[in-house]
Amino acid sequence: MKLTLKIWRQKSANDKGKIVDYKLNDVSPDMSFLEMLDVLNQELIDKNEEPIAFDHDCREGICGMCSMYINGRAHGPDRSITVCQLHMRSFSDGDTIYIEPWRASAFPVIKDLIVDRSAFDRIQQAGGFISVNTSGNTQDANGTLISKHAADEAMDAATCIGCGACVATCKNSSAMLFVGAKVSQYALLPQGQIEAADRVQNMVAQMDLEGFGNCTNTGACEVECPKGISLDNIARMNRELMKAAVK
Amino acid sequence: MGTLNSKVPEGLLKDKWTTYKDKINLVNPANKRNIDIIIVGTGLAGGSAAATLAELGYNVKSFCFQDSPRRAHSIAAQGGINAAKNYQGDGDSTYRLFYDTVKGGDYRSRESNVHRLAEVSTNIIDQCVAQGVPFARDYGGLLDNRSFGGVLVSRTFYAKGQTGQQLLLGAYSAMNRQIGRGKIKMYSRHEMLDVVIVDGKARGIIARNLVTGEIERHSAHAVVLGTGGYGNTFYLSTYAMGSNVTAIWKAHKRGAFFANPCYTQIHPTCIPVSGDHQSKLTLMSESLRNDGRIWVPKNMDDVLAIREGKLKPIDISEENRDYYLERRYPAFGNLVPRDVASRAAKERCDAGYGVNKTGEAVYLDFAAAIARYGKEQAHVKGLDEDNKALVTALGKDIIKAKYGNLFQMYEKIVDQNPYETPMMIFPAVHYTMGGIWVDYNLMTTVPGLYAIGEANFSDHGANRLGASALMQGLADGYFVLPYTIGDYLADDIRTGPIATDTKEFDDAESLVKSNLDKLINNNGTHSVDYFHKKLGKIMWNKCGMSRNEKDLKDAISEIAELRAEFYKDVRVPGNANEYNEELAKAGRVADFLELGELFAKDALQREESAGGHFRDEYQTPEGEAMRRKEFQYVSAWEYKGQPKDAVLHKEELVYENIEVKERSYK
Ligand SMILES: Cc1cc2nc3c(=O)[nH]c(=O)nc-3n(C[C@H](O)[C@H](O)[C@H](O)COP(=O)(O)OP(=O)(O)OC[C@H]3O[C@@H](n4cnc5c(N)ncnc54)[C@H](O)[C@@H]3O)c2cc1C
Ligand code: SF4
Ligand code: FES
Repeated sequence: MKLTLKIWRQKSANDKGKIVDYKLNDVSPDMSFLEMLDVLNQELIDKNEEPIAFDHDCREGICGMCSMYINGRAHGPDRSITVCQLHMRSFSDGDTIYIEPWRASAFPVIKDLIVDRSAFDRIQQAGGFISVNTSGNTQDANGTLISKHAADEAMDAATCIGCGACVATCKNSSAMLFVGAKVSQYALLPQGQIEAADRVQNMVAQMDLEGFGNCTNTGACEVECPKGISLDNIARMNRELMKAAVK
Repeated sequence: MGTLNSKVPEGLLKDKWTTYKDKINLVNPANKRNIDIIIVGTGLAGGSAAATLAELGYNVKSFCFQDSPRRAHSIAAQGGINAAKNYQGDGDSTYRLFYDTVKGGDYRSRESNVHRLAEVSTNIIDQCVAQGVPFARDYGGLLDNRSFGGVLVSRTFYAKGQTGQQLLLGAYSAMNRQIGRGKIKMYSRHEMLDVVIVDGKARGIIARNLVTGEIERHSAHAVVLGTGGYGNTFYLSTYAMGSNVTAIWKAHKRGAFFANPCYTQIHPTCIPVSGDHQSKLTLMSESLRNDGRIWVPKNMDDVLAIREGKLKPIDISEENRDYYLERRYPAFGNLVPRDVASRAAKERCDAGYGVNKTGEAVYLDFAAAIARYGKEQAHVKGLDEDNKALVTALGKDIIKAKYGNLFQMYEKIVDQNPYETPMMIFPAVHYTMGGIWVDYNLMTTVPGLYAIGEANFSDHGANRLGASALMQGLADGYFVLPYTIGDYLADDIRTGPIATDTKEFDDAESLVKSNLDKLINNNGTHSVDYFHKKLGKIMWNKCGMSRNEKDLKDAISEIAELRAEFYKDVRVPGNANEYNEELAKAGRVADFLELGELFAKDALQREESAGGHFRDEYQTPEGEAMRRKEFQYVSAWEYKGQPKDAVLHKEELVYENIEVKERSYK
């Protein structure tokens, strides 16, 4: 198929940036979206132009590296997948596709489609852990029974890949879904109880410090989240915050 | 650097590690504060090591090339992690895990290291659960297990199909705690480009900041490489795009011996190649072989009809299917080790029975499992076991609960529904057993330079069993290195900070800079990928699932020619002092082009078949791998200026606790 691509080009953080048009004439529906960009980059290099910079690594939807807006939607038109899992069969011959980086003041652009998401790391450093040292003497793994239900629910929350689509898609640039997922994973497990109050307070404080916005319950994050992280996690985080406040 | 000393402690196999820990030198907590350690890599190996060493009190500097330590390639591991817990009461034990691993590795690994791995395996599960890793549980609240290939017990712990992700996020959370405390300084988007040796000891690295392009000097009392495997030498593989050999190759050039470079694992169940645009291959976890049956049609007419689209796989009746693994290996059936399963698929496809357009695919079929589970569920729920539609629906629910995310991944890529029609699969490059040679302490032949996880060669011999890489990475980082490195650093408590304004750092930095300048100013006509793809073709066709003398000799000369062409004709756009992925890629491919030649040389030298290394000339009349006693050693290569001049050192392998037998899965 033939495509027109309108791609955000920005040389560096300080550059202003603009949309540039490109044409591709021979795109196979079996290509992944990133492979389509590989083809474009190959053509650019052959013409001695600079290729488009974008983040990617695993190319199977798990590392959370890939991150772009496609026609105004985080990770593109399909639900429950990342850009690297999107295939060109989701587009039609003759389409015009807009490709832009995540937009959020807490995620400044580094170059073209690449943004700086280190704010997410700092939120985790503020409390996204259980304080247990490696010793070889921790209690036997079956020492505490954990109901299958709790384990499964904790697992669902823990599958967040830290991609940032929730922030990018939220009109307030809120990071509540991301933070709520981590808080929930630990809140659902007995191991997480001891530090529960400090954890949620510290993580939320760091979240605010990084300049992420408030949650006004629009639910866009849940729709665009490639891993189907549910809004329940935000509700759970709010409950944890209340519990922590009365302690 | 003369002969190899593996430094294996004396004593009975089962006591070695305990006695060793009792006798080593320790560094007291106050002195640990004065010691710096660099850890390159934040995967399971590097991440767990960084967290543990920081907890102990050392000052750790961690490096990774992704934008966050959480994105290391370990994140992609799907199926599970082994541990000899014997929770299922099915006869598992430390010895059995040790035995399975040595046998699975085709008797080409070091007994003492493997036994230690089996010993600490149980601690890993305890540690991860304490960190909040949400492993799968049964209805009674206990941990659940599944089986992997090459073993007769259920010892694999898992978190849906995302075990690597959950284990890595566990290690990442432990790192975060130490980053927050200031004990780990994290350098994301940094690529290590050289090791700095001062007075014969590893004392630092040169790294490039991938955002600014700046070249940086970092010093420490010891350097640890947990930089993963080098399967991307083949271009197409199941590795992440950035996985590379650069860190360990630079270490090799600075004196670290490279062991068994030719031992590569080709995984039997991956999604077949769809076209020239292909950038990577996707694994379908080995756990699928618990429930999937592998087959091709018995009759060539059916094969051709399928390829032409005239027949569908579900139209082929049972008696016209060849379940070739069950036929050839009745004892292990679809759960034979990976090397055996991959070669068997290649054998069928070479004989013309491949089922997709290119003739390079076989079926992995879940219909039987869906029917079996469905009946079971109908029975449990007191429903009609003879109602086919009901049974199928119930069976599909069970399969979905077990492998839902894999099935979804498959459907996204191939555009076919694997609940209705069998998956198509083909082998792909997946893991490298070879790596930097290390002694019992995980130290390389360069004092103070360590290699852990997939980057070293130590535990898997010529073939790795499923769910054992995660185990090894975490064993090295959480439980082994923290002891062994202390023994070495006990001599450094009075050394003080290592200066970076020295001649050694000057020299290393200018070498790095001149390499980068050469690449960026080359102004050739072809992109980096052009060369990488060509290298991949040579590797796959001549150093792949089966190898022979002629092909390997051709590969050696073709790779050397391709390397010369690369340096003459590669084009790298942009500048060195900015974010420039093409430049980073160029450096990595330059190293693959050197390693590839050593790889072929190693394969040529090894005149036997063992595990993932299969030489056409050395097979039994039934086509099985033929090991040779004369080759019961580790090949450790010393760098001498050019890959072709590398000098071979041998570490003889001694088996005192296990009988070396023909590896049979019949
Ligand atoms: C798809 C897939 C599924 C798998 N499933 C399983 C499974 O179910 N069970 C199992 O046991 N094993 C599995 N494996 C194998 C296992 O995942 C890997 O062997 C293991 O995770 C490797 O861990 P590591 O810590 O050694 O290296 P990696 O996780 O590869 O980490 C390497 C680290 O080094 C860094 N790095 C590399 N080079 C440089 C450089 N030059 N400069 C700076 N940093 C650098 C990277 O940034 C990264 O942080 C699977 C592998 C794949 C590909
Ligand atoms: S919650 Fe979803 S969208 Fe947000 S970072 Fe996690 S995976 Fe991405
Ligand atoms: S590249 Fe890893 S999630 Fe897309």
